[in-house]
Amino acid sequence: MSTLNFGYGINRPRAIDLDNNDLRKSNAIIAEMPELQACIGCGSCTASCTAGAITNFNFRKLHTAVRRGEYRGVYEELSKCMLCGKCRLVCPRGINTRGLVMLIKRKLGDF
Amino acid sequence: MRRASWQEYQKDIADDKYYYARSCIRQNFFPGSEKAFLDILTNNLGIDIYDDPLHTSCTGIGYHSDVVPLETIMTVVARQFSLMAEAGYENFISSCITSFGIYNEVLATWEEFPETEERTRRYLKEATGRELVKPRSIAHTSDIMFHHRHAIARQAKRRLINVHTGEPLKVVEHIGCHYAKIFPKSGIGGSEFPYVLAGMIEAWGGDVVDYPERRHCCGFGFRNYLVQANRGSSIANSHKKLESMAPYKPDFIVANCPGCTMFLDKWQYAIAEMDGTTYGADGRGIPVLSYEEMAGLVLGYDPWKLGMQFHQVDVEPLLDKLGVEYSPEAKYLGPDGKHIGRPRDVAVNCEEVRRIYEIRR
Repeated sequence: MSTLNFGYGINRPRAIDLDNNDLRKSNAIIAEMPELQACIGCGSCTASCTAGAITNFNFRKLHTAVRRGEYRGVYEELSKCMLCGKCRLVCPRGINTRGLVMLIKRKLGDF
Repeated sequence: MRRASWQEYQKDIADDKYYYARSCIRQNFFPGSEKAFLDILTNNLGIDIYDDPLHTSCTGIGYHSDVVPLETIMTVVARQFSLMAEAGYENFISSCITSFGIYNEVLATWEEFPETEERTRRYLKEATGRELVKPRSIAHTSDIMFHHRHAIARQAKRRLINVHTGEPLKVVEHIGCHYAKIFPKSGIGGSEFPYVLAGMIEAWGGDVVDYPERRHCCGFGFRNYLVQANRGSSIANSHKKLESMAPYKPDFIVANCPGCTMFLDKWQYAIAEMDGTTYGADGRGIPVLSYEEMAGLVLGYDPWKLGMQFHQVDVEPLLDKLGVEYSPEAKYLGPDGKHIGRPRDVAVNCEEVRRIYEIRR
């Protein structure tokens, strides 16, 4: 690009742009697991998470990002999940969160 | 409903006898604009306006950068007001949006906290021997131009119409944040629907572009750009606005704030260098005008006398659309006929450019 060094660049906005995000993967995940739409974002999954207790792994953040069409880095991050299923036991909406981890990884394999 | 809502916020603007307070940075970046304002009011409209050589900077830049204390700026403002009274005027008009915000802020502070006014009176007396006299009215110079827009329209040599197609020009108006976002009642139309520039555009035949980021800041806020490391945030604001307005294909941008006029103009060069993106129909940028320049063109002033050669984005394509006759050879000649130098060829100037840019038409 430019050969000039301005000493700064153009900061990219951190706004969530639902108009331009590619929601096809997100829609496919919800189509296969429609109960995900019942999530109230309480964070019980993250609070009870075995991996979250020893790393900064945050499952609520990850599945929220996926539903917004922000997939970058999610697949790699989900590799920290040990599939113990404690999150499934505490989910107040009865969502199969353990199954959701595997579903997201399957759908986002190419991200 | 939306168009009429500006009428909810109105203010009294004096018809005549103005005391003129200049801007620090406009005289550097748009040196012809303040001269054009004085010429239009004096020669075209026959209005009494006093350009006082004794007044100083309002010190707003220092105040917003935390190097000038509140007491100091209040005393400086009090001195400007007392100079106005000594000159026999009572309608204070400011050329700068930052100053306009400062004057309103100081007056509101004196109103809310009378002890600060008493203290300022004492400081002013001790420092200069002057007495504080508050102005009867405060207005920004764009308010004055808006107030007299129909009188200007009656003297117009041309309207904001594309002479090749007969269509009204599409104009993006940008209002400085300190015009009405600090005190909505101090601006025509308030902070949500400021009508001050839109009123001029409509009166002179143009079409106002309503685009999603219309009320977004240009990014000029002093803290945003004074430190080089922060300027990425500053330029991101102008970038956001330009990206948002580009699909509406504006013919030019008009702004009433010194910082906005400068940033929306000069950042187009920086964005072209950093991002490889240029805007405008032919990728040569969207010209950015001050409202005095817009009024000057409508009244038939010479574009080089208006100082339009100091713009980063070349204005020639706009002048051609308006049917303005100009001399390309005279562009970089000073008032004394000497060559004043010319900028390096870049994408947003009308020179041959070999690099390939992504054009947001």
